[in-house]
Amino acid sequence: MSQAQANGGSSGARVELRELVRVFGRTRALDGFSLDVEPGELVALLGPSGCGKTTALRALAGFELVDHGQVLVDGHDVARVSPQDRDMGMVFQSYSLFPNMSALHNVGFGLRMRGVRSTARRDKAHELLELVGLHEHAEKYPHQLSGGQQQRVALARALAIEPRVLLLDEPLSALDAKVRTGLRDQIRSLQQRLAITTVFVTHDQEEALSMADRVCVMREGRGEQTATPAELYSRPTSAFVAHFVGVSSRVPVRRDGATVGLWGQEVTVRNADLTARDVDAVLRPEDVAIVIDPAGPASVVHKSFLGAITRVTVSVESAEVRVDVRSDMARDLNHGDRVALSVVARDVLVSPRDGRVDVEED
Amino acid sequence: MVALTSAAGVAPAPRRHRVRVWRGLVLGIAAAYFLIPLYAGLRFSFQDDAGHWSLYALRAIPSQIGFTGAFWLSIKLAFTTLVGTLVLMVPTTIYVHLHLPRVRRLLEFVTVLPIVIPPIVLILGVLRAAPIWLKASPYLLSLMYVILTMPFVYRSLDAGISAIDLKTLVEASRSLGANGPQTLWRVILPNLRAGILSASVLTLALVLGEFTMASLDLWTTLPVWIYQFQQTDGHIATMVSMLSLIGTWVLITVMVSLDRSESRRSRRKAEVA
Ligand SMILES: Nc1ncnc2c1ncn2[C@@H]1O[C@H](COP(=O)(O)OP(=O)(O)OP(=O)(O)O)[C@@H](O)[C@H]1O
Ligand SMILES: [Mg+2]
Repeated sequence: MSQAQANGGSSGARVELRELVRVFGRTRALDGFSLDVEPGELVALLGPSGCGKTTALRALAGFELVDHGQVLVDGHDVARVSPQDRDMGMVFQSYSLFPNMSALHNVGFGLRMRGVRSTARRDKAHELLELVGLHEHAEKYPHQLSGGQQQRVALARALAIEPRVLLLDEPLSALDAKVRTGLRDQIRSLQQRLAITTVFVTHDQEEALSMADRVCVMREGRGEQTATPAELYSRPTSAFVAHFVGVSSRVPVRRDGATVGLWGQEVTVRNADLTARDVDAVLRPEDVAIVIDPAGPASVVHKSFLGAITRVTVSVESAEVRVDVRSDMARDLNHGDRVALSVVARDVLVSPRDGRVDVEED
Repeated sequence: MVALTSAAGVAPAPRRHRVRVWRGLVLGIAAAYFLIPLYAGLRFSFQDDAGHWSLYALRAIPSQIGFTGAFWLSIKLAFTTLVGTLVLMVPTTIYVHLHLPRVRRLLEFVTVLPIVIPPIVLILGVLRAAPIWLKASPYLLSLMYVILTMPFVYRSLDAGISAIDLKTLVEASRSLGANGPQTLWRVILPNLRAGILSASVLTLALVLGEFTMASLDLWTTLPVWIYQFQQTDGHIATMVSMLSLIGTWVLITVMVSLDRSESRRSRRKAEVA
């Protein structure tokens, strides 16, 4: 029933980006960026503004030529293949439907360019509009559709050509929150049903973590870490990733071989790459537990209620640490209360002291 | 204190009133500026030498020496100029927007030059420099008119392109498998219709009324004919100039309403669905 089968399973291509470099004047938009995408996999490119996500996607689509490096699709270098021959469906951040064509004609456009006869084209376009749930809007023009509907038509249009790779550049960022989460699920389930290799650009970590098979966190034109969402969250390999994905606090510690001392505890260090003695421990809110202790070294600074849990900010020595506490327990904690902290995580990530991490706060 | 507030409360009303009066006055003067000559012209063209109402000028036009030739020459020049200017400017403007955004400033400057340089300077220079075979052809005027209309044409097209997300539309089209010409024909041009239309209207209006260049190049276009014929019969000459004015308006109205009904038709088609 799925299109992948109708295609003879050809829709899932393997994509390899190898050491891509793209320089604009003084900006190194891509600076040795590599990424492998397995057939049928959805990989999200996540990173702060200006880190090169769009440039990477455009290099894959053929709109951007790279200064160095290779783009391989199913093992073939596509450097000499122009965008119109790459068979890559693309959905853009801004509304990109052709204003002069109805939704149906927009969806049929790619087939028309491929010389598909008009009746076959119509049938296919109707089928795809049905797939994205817009069958009854087929004759409408883009200006008569809402933003979310337009992006769904754009998705149908990209899928109509049965592309080898689907490229999505922040397709949801112009939409409001409710439409966004609905469409997010719809894209993901379609992508899985069609088993289509997909690269999805976003700067929204929640979007990346909830949709992707794997997430590639980018920083200044390079891949910082590529991993499954769960691994990225629980085993970040750098402070940048830890900061960019989820919430974390930094605490200055002294390193002693494979362990650091934290509030009187010996905790194993996860990353062995760092040799400095004075480092920062990077802690998730759930890595730490709070005990009420009038003689404790820390004091409560702030509480924010998040439903089942409450995020408590405590001040300990020169650092501020955010800790998640069950909301019913957090009721006993008041501003200024003395508390003691303990590490409940197996091991911790350390990063260079004062290693500034450029992360945009949301 | 009381006096102050009441004065402050009253003051704006007369001021607003005065503004409205001024507005009306300025508008009235501007309207009179256009309408009085028009009225005078119309009245004069429907009179005979004795000052009586008459349709003789209208009836006499086709049989006047040189009229038909001048009329067709103007029409030919208008449409060759239109084709020339669109073929030159549409691809250029699109290309600059897509691939040479930094050249936009320069282009803006260059296209304004024809306004800064008086037509008389332009045509005298060209008449000195042009080869004989070109000078012998009326289509030298078309070439000159392409330059003359450039400021208006460029600005219309530039505004039209700025109103759409050209780069994204082109990339969407390319990613769907369209090549350059297909993208131009099926995606860019249909969405630039309004800009191209206003460029065309301005071009036609300008060419049908141009006098300086045509007369210096010694071609009897309609405006030149009107000027010359005035010495023979003022009523007929005025009648022709009134008709050419109305003709241009009709042409423009037809083009604009064609565009309107086209977009209304597509909208209605969508509403039915
Ligand atoms: N055509 C261009 N000319 C000059 N600089 C460019 C061009 N395209 C991108 N850049 C620069 O390259 C860097 C990476 O840009 P890119 O658009 O890939 O970032 P991004 O990760 O997509 O950011 P965002 O989240 O804001 O979309 C930026 O510093 C940008 O200014
Ligand atoms: Mg981007």
